[in-house]
Amino acid sequence: MFGFLFRRIGLVIPTFIGVSLVAFFLIRLLPGDPILLMAGERGLSPERYAELMGRYGFDRPIWEQYAGYLGSLIQGDFGTSIITKKPVFEEFFALFPATVELSICAMIFAVVLGIPAGVVAAVKRGSGFDHGLMATALVGYSMPIFWWALLLIIVFSGILQWTPVSGRISLLYFFPSVTGFMLIDSLISGQKGAFASAASHLILPTIVLGTIPLAVIARQTRSAMLEVLSEDYIRTARAKGLSPFRVVGVHALRNALIPVITTIGLQIGVLIAGAILTETIFSWPGIGKWMVDSIFRRDYPAVQGGLVLIALMVMVVNLIVDMLYGLINPKIRHTR
Amino acid sequence: MPLLDIQNLSVDFKTASGPFRAVDGVSMTVDAGEIVSIVGESGSGKSVSMLALMGLLPWTATITADRMLFDGHELAGLSARQRRRIVGKDMAMIFQEPMSSLNPCFTVGFQIGEALKVHLKLDRKARRRRVIELLEMVGIPAAAERVDAFPHQLSGGMSQRVMIAMAIACQPKLLIADEPTTALDVTIQAQILELLMQLQSETGMGLVLITHDMGVVAETAHRVSVQYAGQKVEEQAVAGLFADPHHPYTAALLAALPERATSRRLPSIPGVVPGQFDRPTGCLFSPRCKFATERCVTKVPPVQGRQAGYALCHYPLAGGRPVGHPGPGATIHPDLQEVA
Repeated sequence: MFGFLFRRIGLVIPTFIGVSLVAFFLIRLLPGDPILLMAGERGLSPERYAELMGRYGFDRPIWEQYAGYLGSLIQGDFGTSIITKKPVFEEFFALFPATVELSICAMIFAVVLGIPAGVVAAVKRGSGFDHGLMATALVGYSMPIFWWALLLIIVFSGILQWTPVSGRISLLYFFPSVTGFMLIDSLISGQKGAFASAASHLILPTIVLGTIPLAVIARQTRSAMLEVLSEDYIRTARAKGLSPFRVVGVHALRNALIPVITTIGLQIGVLIAGAILTETIFSWPGIGKWMVDSIFRRDYPAVQGGLVLIALMVMVVNLIVDMLYGLINPKIRHTR
Repeated sequence: MPLLDIQNLSVDFKTASGPFRAVDGVSMTVDAGEIVSIVGESGSGKSVSMLALMGLLPWTATITADRMLFDGHELAGLSARQRRRIVGKDMAMIFQEPMSSLNPCFTVGFQIGEALKVHLKLDRKARRRRVIELLEMVGIPAAAERVDAFPHQLSGGMSQRVMIAMAIACQPKLLIADEPTTALDVTIQAQILELLMQLQSETGMGLVLITHDMGVVAETAHRVSVQYAGQKVEEQAVAGLFADPHHPYTAALLAALPERATSRRLPSIPGVVPGQFDRPTGCLFSPRCKFATERCVTKVPPVQGRQAGYALCHYPLAGGRPVGHPGPGATIHPDLQEVA
């Protein structure tokens, strides 16, 4: 187990360097620079421009800049935002809980609906439910997030007025942030209606962000279940006189979960990418929205730091997922 | 009254290319404490008839039977729920591939204990005691530790012992063993057969042994049912079958035993079991039978009497000679004659 862990962490290092490289150079490929954008419409004199470029170190050769950046990254220094003058690390983690809260809700939504739907589709293979679900999943997977979000807003917030359009909670409520998770904080505050307000703000973003993972998980569960259901040990379980519910829910599902968990792990990256669009549309104050804003401001340190931190998160989650396999199927635990 | 009484059982599969009859009018009985062997080549419908009995066939299968009595209960009309009360408790089955027949995600103890939980409603402690007892019964050393082992930590022979422990957990009246030794090493095969024999004589359960190994049949069975292409072609007590087979197919199977070979080349039965599209008219064995005549090809053979081992044949053998056969000149496969 520890050997495996070390090998996996060893793999993280080159990935980390690669991500820092991409993050560093991609943002610099965009036209414009932070100094010009700060100056705004009126512009600034060439002398002042050169002075500011020098202050932030943007006049140095690009390789030197990257080496310096990587050096401070390794020491845990993610730089300071040019716009807000706050450390990137601090900004990131101030906004991170909002994204985590939304992502967790979206994932729960996707898993809670996707796994049972996939199981039922596999058991009732070829039925109307099976065909209907697979068609719906394909549509869900193919739908552009922003379009789907706007559609839901028009119907549920605009026409039906069931849910709020944007934000995390109604402006009527104010309470200090304890955990950063609005659902928990609103409960702690004890204010009447705060939790309901926070929850109602979460509904649409959760559905929008969870749709693609839902479609992927449902399809993956179905195909994994189909494979497992034809295994010899399923026949053994049925030969014991177990109920179909137990055969499918215990004997088959446990085996089918391995590829499903892999998929869930891989969806974390998709979730973050989706969060950028979802947060922007719903004005959700998380890192997705913050990243988009930072890109518009050409806030190099914020974009770089954000990318690297997100990549780190995804790597950690995938590492955890890999270690989960052994918990589900002990055979994998022992052969590693 | 026999423990198991099946009359005229047929199983049809819906396939993409039309219906396929895997079992065709098979009848058999098993008495309590009796060992009945079903022999035949691959594709002769041996397993399918027993899976039909257990209710383990997929929904594409249609099962028809005049009678399917087990322990006085008619199985044919039972709901799935009612059948589950019998299956795994009074009637249990073990399979060919022990390694893949155990669920890799659960411990051996859990998998054996499940039957005890579902059928006998034993609590956790009692289950564990009984599982250890069962593991000891099937000859697994250090049973108390093996309870918590996972299937991949066991060898093939051990896995089959676990499968047997699982099957006999609720003291079934009938155990169906579907080629229980085919996937195992020769030395382990003997051990597993011995174990099955021993458990059978200790508990007095009926045992149906599906196999294609005539050697296994000779050593274990009391009575033998020979199946070919979904039909029962002969049924006899084991001694009679080996001494005087009545169906040409049985005779050919016995002649193919390496122990009985007299020539340098091992004798074999030419051709293969007919499939979905090349089902012959008349006798299904006629394309491979060295005695086949025009009549065999055109007319469905009758079931002979008890004296002739219920052979499904126009010219049942007696002492190796086809009774009523018009003579060598009438056979349609003179080439087979020469080989034999």
